[in-house]
Amino acid sequence: MEKSELKQILQALVFVADEPLTLNQLREVFPDEDVALLKDSMEEMIREFNEFHKGMEIREIASGYRISTRPEHHEWVRRYLKTKPSAKLSLAALETLAVIAYKQPVTFPEILEIRGIKSSTAVKTLLDKKLIETRGRKKVVGRPILYGTSTDFLVHFGLKDLAELPTLEEFEELLHAETGSVSEITPRGFNGDEQDSAEPK
Amino acid sequence: MEEQGPAAPMESGTAFQDETAEETPEVLKVKLDIFEGPLDLLLHLIRKEEIDIYDIPIARITERYLEYLQMMQDLNINVAGEWLVMASTLILIKSRMLLPPDPEAPGTPEEEDPRMPLVQQLLEHQKFKNAAQMLYERETIELAVWENPKTEFREEEEELISATVFDLIKSFHAVVQRFQDKIVLEVEHDTVTLEQKLLELRSLLALQPTLYFSSFFERKISKLHLIVTFLALLEMVRLREILVYQDRIHSDIKIVKVA
Repeated sequence: MEKSELKQILQALVFVADEPLTLNQLREVFPDEDVALLKDSMEEMIREFNEFHKGMEIREIASGYRISTRPEHHEWVRRYLKTKPSAKLSLAALETLAVIAYKQPVTFPEILEIRGIKSSTAVKTLLDKKLIETRGRKKVVGRPILYGTSTDFLVHFGLKDLAELPTLEEFEELLHAETGSVSEITPRGFNGDEQDSAEPK
Repeated sequence: MEEQGPAAPMESGTAFQDETAEETPEVLKVKLDIFEGPLDLLLHLIRKEEIDIYDIPIARITERYLEYLQMMQDLNINVAGEWLVMASTLILIKSRMLLPPDPEAPGTPEEEDPRMPLVQQLLEHQKFKNAAQMLYERETIELAVWENPKTEFREEEEELISATVFDLIKSFHAVVQRFQDKIVLEVEHDTVTLEQKLLELRSLLALQPTLYFSSFFERKISKLHLIVTFLALLEMVRLREILVYQDRIHSDIKIVKVA
């Protein structure tokens, strides 16, 4: 198939897709096409589309492709739809979610350790909203449940994958910039073992 | 009490007390700042007192922290366990700072600063607060974006309309009407009390969090049962144990257990 034709079809598929359109789904639609060509055509189509269409955009979300309106026009869209902004997550839920996103898979006691406060309500909210999911049990005493983020988490926060999250170290630098003088002093152990597990998967 | 952790007055303890004492002794004017937990309060104190986080004057911070705890208790705010654990941690660190290093203790000659574990915990906590802020910003942007509307409609099917007592009565009336047409043979005299019915409904709801109003009246039951069931439902609404909803006006009433 000609690449130009392929790009037009891909655009149509992204438009009708209910959820981010994945490469695997494209492989089913185009069994005879090369995956590299599909990916390449998709990326080229997105570049062209986003350059010419300023009301809509196609983005990579949760390892798929999704078309949406652009946030800058939200007031007009809301005025037409007659909707109010949806309820946002509470600060407690966001903090708990941040801990889970960066430390996953993580247990309840580990979340408690970082937040210094019980988080059962927040964890329940996040499970109800399907932003997190259970990941089996940790093989330690008590076999606590492990939690991790879900695909809905990526969609909710407009992330391509977990690697798109800024690293925890970047927040550390932010912290140093805030408090000023402390950047040259590194406390023992702080940049040591923790670092690897702090990276999102 | 967990997530909505105790709140603490934003002004420092003494200033707050003086102000209220001078101006309006009987009316308490309290400016509240919500602290998620003890770590939040400590970070706030460190920022407010402009303290270097790596060199915390532990005696001063402990004092401030205890003042806040006292104020929370004065305001009848439930001070949960973790706040007291932090208070004891601070006092432990304070006493360790006073002790000279044990000359006979084995291990490194360079004594670990007793404040360090707390400092690390605070820094770690601050990082996640910043990460939460990042998530908040991303969420704000994503909530201002619409995808293919088909997806959105599918999500909104569960919209509920709050049912009034009149809707309940109307539904009940419809049920009674239906039963009047049926010939019910009452053989034995059975009695049911409101208490029994309440217990029965509660155990039903424990098994199944959502029930339909009409489902109670599907079986052939006596008028007494009908009425007692209805009264029990009203009572449970009054006690806020259940919520009653309709998907649409005139549709079957949903009975949802209050979490």
